Amino acid sequence: MDIQTIRKDFPILNQQVNGHQLVYLDNAATSQKPTSVIQTMVDYYERYNSNVHRGVHTLGTLATDRYEEAREKIRRFIHAKSDKEIIYTTGTTQSLNLIAYGYGLARLGKGDEIVISPMEHHANLIPWQQVAQKTGAVLRYFPMEEDGTLALEKVRETISNKTKIVSVTEVSNVLGTVNPVKEIAKIAHECGAIMVVDGAQSTPHMAVDVQALDADFFVFSGHKMLGPTGIGILYGKQELLEAMEPIETGGEMIDEVGFQSATWAELPWKLEAGTPHIAGAIGLGAAIDYLQQIGMDQIQSYEESLTNTAYELLSQIDGVTLYGPGKRSGLVSFNINGVHPHDVSTALDSEGIAVRAGHHCAQPLMSCLKCESTVRASFYFYNSEDEIEALAKGIKETKEFFGHVV
Amino acid sequence: MLFNNLDQLYRSVIMDHYKKPRNRGELNGNHCVTVKMNNPSCGDKIQVSLEIENHKVKDVKYLGSGCAISQSSASMMTEAIKGLDVDQIHQLTFDFSEMVQGHEHNDDLDLGDAEALHGVSQYPARIKCATLAWKAVEKALRTADQDLNHE
Repeated sequence: MDIQTIRKDFPILNQQVNGHQLVYLDNAATSQKPTSVIQTMVDYYERYNSNVHRGVHTLGTLATDRYEEAREKIRRFIHAKSDKEIIYTTGTTQSLNLIAYGYGLARLGKGDEIVISPMEHHANLIPWQQVAQKTGAVLRYFPMEEDGTLALEKVRETISNKTKIVSVTEVSNVLGTVNPVKEIAKIAHECGAIMVVDGAQSTPHMAVDVQALDADFFVFSGHKMLGPTGIGILYGKQELLEAMEPIETGGEMIDEVGFQSATWAELPWKLEAGTPHIAGAIGLGAAIDYLQQIGMDQIQSYEESLTNTAYELLSQIDGVTLYGPGKRSGLVSFNINGVHPHDVSTALDSEGIAVRAGHHCAQPLMSCLKCESTVRASFYFYNSEDEIEALAKGIKETKEFFGHVV
Repeated sequence: MLFNNLDQLYRSVIMDHYKKPRNRGELNGNHCVTVKMNNPSCGDKIQVSLEIENHKVKDVKYLGSGCAISQSSASMMTEAIKGLDVDQIHQLTFDFSEMVQGHEHNDDLDLGDAEALHGVSQYPARIKCATLAWKAVEKALRTADQDLNHE
């Protein structure tokens, strides 16, 4: 991988922020977009902007073809069996809400259990809290090890015949932990539960095979993997999606409508009410083209070496606490003792380094870590070793700055 | 030079309040009101207690956790408003909010050490940190208005 060539594909990276070259290390929040994705979306708006699945005119046909081609690219990318299993949503949050309300609500009752992990993003937590409150189901958590991992024997002890839904993130957005979702799915299935995998932080960084995982549902967002915001995917096994009632109804999703009732279109359109984010879907298709041209395995191994460098450099700095396991996906969460994460983030920003500070939409996890917030530097394949060194240098300087200004 | 503008934000008086907070604690009693406020986007928390008698804030205490800006601002706020009449406090919180947003503001009233936070206006992402405690005071005054007047 030639990083300098790759970086030229991302126009935003070539700029000064606060008088310094931008070092963008907030990729777990959202990734930057290559010219090919931006241009694909501009082309749609400039050359064939039309609604999909409606008109029979030429532009409408072109838009529909491109929109459905993107679905097919996404299907191949995650190795789903059929296009019917790929539902366009606005992102991971909507995908998880569709599962909780469209699948869970009608099937859960008093005494049933939903099991999630303590490291879930609020998007994979609050919908389950809500559905548990509405149905009388119990929301349970897998215990988490000291290093922020899940132990399979404890997973096995937590899942029982009462468990109806297990929902776990493949990669923690705070700790970088890579969870053994395939093994957890197996345990869930042995007890008759379905397995939901939050792939928001894994899909951008590693090869995904939903059939090999045997996930019943798998969800992710386009904007964290070079695509635009406002587009995401709900994958579900066809028989489960067939059984789901649409929670949004209206245009696009119908078969036949009478004065008093209506019947639904077939999958995937049954679960896609209204005019979709057409440019977003086509843009996500272009993002997948770009990722595949580099190769997900190359991306994963390059990011692993970046992350190892970051972990090593940061763990050598006195007074820096790192969170999460040694083996992790491409991010590092840390604190500088005695300096609040927001103050660290402001200091780094003044050096052109963009990181995230806060609770990362994971407040229960923060209480497990016994802190209120952390600083998070998260990487993508266009980041360089030099940028990791700039981060380490910035952290040392921040520590000195706040050590002196008293 | 590193961080050449950063000391305009983190002035020594601010760091002094952060490291040696004034008026930390809680007030309980007949004329006391306590409110909590969070900044949900970043997790900063603040609790402000006021003791109000004859339309005056006789005493004020705060508890909280968060960044240097939010916590020093809270500490400075307690010094600035203690002993003031409720109407003056409304004016002061308004002036403070205008100042940290970089707007023209009235300087008839004395913000005290809190004046040092004017540098926040150059850091738009941090304005909410600076105003959290002052918004909590406004909330406490509204609560007091409802509770204490209807006793």
